[in-house]
Amino acid sequence: MQNQAIQVKGLQKSYTKLHVLKGVDFEVEKGSIFALLGSNGAGKTTIVKILTTLLKHDGGTAAVNGFDVASRPDHVRQSISLTGQFAAVDEILTGRENLIMIAKLRHLNNPRQVADDLLNRFGLTDAADRRVSTYSGGMRRRLDIAMSLVGKPQLIFLDEPTTGLDPEGRIEVWKTVKELANGGTTVFLTTQYLEEAEQLADRIAILHEGKIIANGTLAELKKLFPPAKVEYVEKQPTLEEIFLAIIGKKEEK
Amino acid sequence: METVKKHFFSDMGVMLGRSMRHIFRSMDTIITVTITPIAMMLLFVYVFGGAIQTGTDNYVNYLLPGILLIAIASGIAYTAYRLFMDMQRGIFERFHSMPIARSAPLWGHVLTSLVSNAISVVVIILVALIMGFRSSAGVLSWLAVAGILALFTLALTWIAAIAGLSATSVDGAGAFSYPLIFLPFISSAFVPTESMPSVVRAFAENQPVTSIVEAIRALLSGQPVGNDIWIALAWCVGIMLVAYVFAMRAYKKRV
Repeated sequence: MQNQAIQVKGLQKSYTKLHVLKGVDFEVEKGSIFALLGSNGAGKTTIVKILTTLLKHDGGTAAVNGFDVASRPDHVRQSISLTGQFAAVDEILTGRENLIMIAKLRHLNNPRQVADDLLNRFGLTDAADRRVSTYSGGMRRRLDIAMSLVGKPQLIFLDEPTTGLDPEGRIEVWKTVKELANGGTTVFLTTQYLEEAEQLADRIAILHEGKIIANGTLAELKKLFPPAKVEYVEKQPTLEEIFLAIIGKKEEK
Repeated sequence: METVKKHFFSDMGVMLGRSMRHIFRSMDTIITVTITPIAMMLLFVYVFGGAIQTGTDNYVNYLLPGILLIAIASGIAYTAYRLFMDMQRGIFERFHSMPIARSAPLWGHVLTSLVSNAISVVVIILVALIMGFRSSAGVLSWLAVAGILALFTLALTWIAAIAGLSATSVDGAGAFSYPLIFLPFISSAFVPTESMPSVVRAFAENQPVTSIVEAIRALLSGQPVGNDIWIALAWCVGIMLVAYVFAMRAYKKRV
């Protein structure tokens, strides 16, 4: 059995006027956290959509868990889960109903039990029977990720999971992602926040103008720059650190 | 190579359950859909009705089929709306990246439209009964009426699906239903076509609503149905097939 969860070679995609992907290559190792970094409009979401079978590519190859996304999309869908850029939750249903719905669609044996376990794991038990429209942004994202974990997919895609979240919500999501990876799930993550990639990812790839311009571990990427020069700079706390210190939920590092 | 098992009917069942919950949790959709036709029925029966010569002694009996069609035409606007909202939010992407039957989410909306319109139709018929609607129709005739209404609902629902799938704004998703709601007014739904000027009359007598209304009216009053029922069925099935093809094309383009 091969070791790669995702293999992408020479991936090309154009929209009517826009050549978004101009030959993208990368691989993602099983069980790792891979962060795709890029500015808005760089094509991160396009890559996610191709890998999750939502969009057809124009050239090159992409395989997920050994299955070609173009010729065997059904097999790809069996082993992945997508948490898109906009929380894919049903606002009118309750948190529990959302999870049960996904469990039923995945034809699991005991949807209710699956839902209870995930609600518990994501700290949503108290809110389980409330409509999702009453949830905060962070809770919604947690539910969104919980829904992606129904049926224990081997690979989960998180497309900008923390965009639009407050700092607390972001830290909640980071914790979740780390736990996922510790449990052996492969995580493919896109983000425009450099800090997020630094915090979470085993490997980071930078997508710029349709190509991957850098790909490596954080240490490797750091080596691309001239050696660090020692300078003494007074360390001012960032506003985020102040905010988190005041509300007493400082992130554990 | 093992093949991936598909569970079209159970997936569709889950989708149906989902959107039926939406309907029961926002009762305003059912209320809005039923209240306008009921208000119209009250208005026509108690205000205009006295001046309208239909050749029948009971105007409610004459009016009801057209009112039901108006209710269905406004009901399907919500189907377009719900579809549009699903496309906008991430939930359709989640469904489509899951190993489920590709068209299950769409069929879930179509079935929901059928069920929710059936509920509105029943509510309106109950109100009509209070207002003095009486029918001599037997079980078979009622079944035929139900069948025509179901086909009419399906035909319009697939049109709604095209709108919901290809609209670029919420308003656009609902706007297509206005002409459909208006169509019964230029038909024999409210007044006999004989009183209309010749051009309008020609349109009225040859558009789908008139044959559907006439067929339902004849069935409910226990009179011979004649050709109307076949013309009505042909319209419904024809519109349904064409709209289905276009809706499916729009759906495949989006997923």
